Amino acid sequence: MKRILASAVLTLALGTAATAEAGQTLDNIKSKGVLTCGVNDKTAGFGAADSAGKYAGLDIDVCRAVATAILGSPDKIKFVPLSAPQRFTALQSGEVDILSRNTTWTLGREAQLGLLFGPTVFYDGQGFLVKKSANIKSAKQLSGATVCVQPGTTTELNLADYFRANKLELKPVVIENLDEVENAFFTGRCDAYTTDSSGLASTRVSKAPKPDDYVILPELISKEPLAPAVRQGDDQFYDIMRWSVFALLQAEEKGITSKNVDAMLKSDDPDIKRFLGVTEGNGKSLGVDEKWAYNIIKNVGNYGEIFERNVGKGSPLKLERGLNDLWTTGGLMYAPPAR
Amino acid sequence: MATSGVADRGSTERSSDTKIWNNPTVRGVFWQIVLIVAVLGSAAYLASNAIDNLARQHIASGFGFLNRESGFDISEKLVQYEPSDTYRDAFLVGLLNTFEVAGLGVVLATILGTLIGVARLSPNWLLRKLAQCYVELWRNLPLLLQLFFWYALLHVAAPGPRDAWNPLPDVFISNRGLMFPTPSADPSHKFIWIAFFVGVVASIGLDWWGRKRQEATGKPFPILAASAALIIGLPVLVLLATGAHMTLDKPVMQGFNFAGGSSFSPELTALLIGLVVYTASYIAEIVRSGILAVSHGQTEAAGALGLQRGLVLRLIVLPQALRVIIPPMTSQYLNLTKNSTLAVAIGFPDLVFVAQTQINQTGQAIEGIGIIMATYLAISLSISLLMNIYNARIALKGR
Repeated sequence: MKRILASAVLTLALGTAATAEAGQTLDNIKSKGVLTCGVNDKTAGFGAADSAGKYAGLDIDVCRAVATAILGSPDKIKFVPLSAPQRFTALQSGEVDILSRNTTWTLGREAQLGLLFGPTVFYDGQGFLVKKSANIKSAKQLSGATVCVQPGTTTELNLADYFRANKLELKPVVIENLDEVENAFFTGRCDAYTTDSSGLASTRVSKAPKPDDYVILPELISKEPLAPAVRQGDDQFYDIMRWSVFALLQAEEKGITSKNVDAMLKSDDPDIKRFLGVTEGNGKSLGVDEKWAYNIIKNVGNYGEIFERNVGKGSPLKLERGLNDLWTTGGLMYAPPAR
Repeated sequence: MATSGVADRGSTERSSDTKIWNNPTVRGVFWQIVLIVAVLGSAAYLASNAIDNLARQHIASGFGFLNRESGFDISEKLVQYEPSDTYRDAFLVGLLNTFEVAGLGVVLATILGTLIGVARLSPNWLLRKLAQCYVELWRNLPLLLQLFFWYALLHVAAPGPRDAWNPLPDVFISNRGLMFPTPSADPSHKFIWIAFFVGVVASIGLDWWGRKRQEATGKPFPILAASAALIIGLPVLVLLATGAHMTLDKPVMQGFNFAGGSSFSPELTALLIGLVVYTASYIAEIVRSGILAVSHGQTEAAGALGLQRGLVLRLIVLPQALRVIIPPMTSQYLNLTKNSTLAVAIGFPDLVFVAQTQINQTGQAIEGIGIIMATYLAISLSISLLMNIYNARIALKGR
């Protein structure tokens, strides 16, 4: 923590115009041949490193999509694990090119921190995890409870807001390290643990001694649109990041998957032809290879595949699509036309 | 030419003949000016560069955030604080928490360290070896590891609040912390405080007068008993005189946790234990080396004069040992204060903790780190100043 923060401050002070000049981020990525991606390494389903040091998760796949669009390969990535308090400074100072680490998109973060957020990749809300034996049915019963939370998150602010608004008494235990804060909850230091409900599901499944001993309370106390973010100042890179995510949604909407994408190249649908680069134009506009969307879908899959594999039915988390379903099936996921 | 040069150098008018850039004073001043300009110039360059970079990246800068609502809660506070208060208030809470840990830590570590240090020199074999084991164990383990150890011990080993241990009436130990009763506030209590301070001042005066008398007449004055009577007796008398308004605010189990009374949280306790145990192992060695530095002849001479063992230690050995002990002790106090920033790891809200939250919520890392550095520099320099004053007082006076 200290090291990254210190080096980040040093970069801000010493760095000449380098990190902020227009177009510089994209040029850097291309000349190095690698996308540096700030991620979570401890939240199963979103961003986690396995014992072999291989990263997997929904946020990880977003990085892979962006890397594929720019560099043509999902493996030309350097992952930098960041804690919640480290992440923005690391992005601002140029330690990472893109932050894809279950980060909530807020006004303050865009306007004050000098960031730009891409499309929401997961619609979430903050919840509470409690012991089943405590017999708590609602978050409103938590007055006087000790609540474990990570510092420097929207979670911490929402928690204070919610307890203030409902006139409940709050005793927060705030620990930076995710393992330590979860450990404090599971050993009984806290009555409740709060974070985004997706994170709670992940913690419950992957860290609880017995997942069935714990329940997630029904209340969601906030809106948490999780989105990837980049620094302000390189609009072209920002566009590529956004459209890489939209490509995932577009592909799912059109029924293009990693399995059938080759067959889809022969499709007669003009929309699909444009999307996959059979009809050229989109790639040139963005400044990437014409096959960018094809490469993304071929290598990473569409949004539905990513969701199911990391957090949905095909994963231990078993989350419902809910808000994260396509707009055509009742969710909020919607991509503007790629033309 | 050569001979005339030698003659010139030997002459008394040397200074008027030498070129100005060969004058040592001028050269000294010149290089100092160059150095100062270089240092200030680099600082100005770094500052303007940082400001430019922040502006170009559209990152907010300045200390305006201090007056904004912080929005986050802090669990341990010595003053009133709500999430609706400002960042300035949050920093104050953090600073006071740092003072609390550093102050308690320095006092406790000094006491424990001195005891262990003296035990290291004990004629008792078992005691000596135990003290040695203590020093070797705690001095050689990383402090962060020790903090995690104590913290885990406190919240894994201790029971939940419903099954809290109850070693004394109204005292509870659970993984929510140590809960104990405190007297509830009463208007008459301010007189008790006044009586307490009167007792302290009177004791100091009495001590001064007692020394004077002893120097003049040789009669010792029982200062210990007298000051104890004054400092404890006066407030008790006042308490009885004002009608003995003394009700206890007891901790009572309510819902999730104990309400009422006072408490030490597991975070504070773990941090204090960790810092004290670790620093005491260094202080023990400093005390031991200080005592060993007093020549054995001094002890023997004191013994030859017929002084008892306790008096030898108090009057002969310790005053001389202190001169050796104080300078390295200052370093240990500084270390303890700076090590208290490891509180972040186990969730105790000290100044660094508050600053990190601020950095992350506002994104203004340079300002936050600036506040941390300025504050710790001020605290450390204050400790050094106080210890240097004390050191000057006890140092050998050249006559």
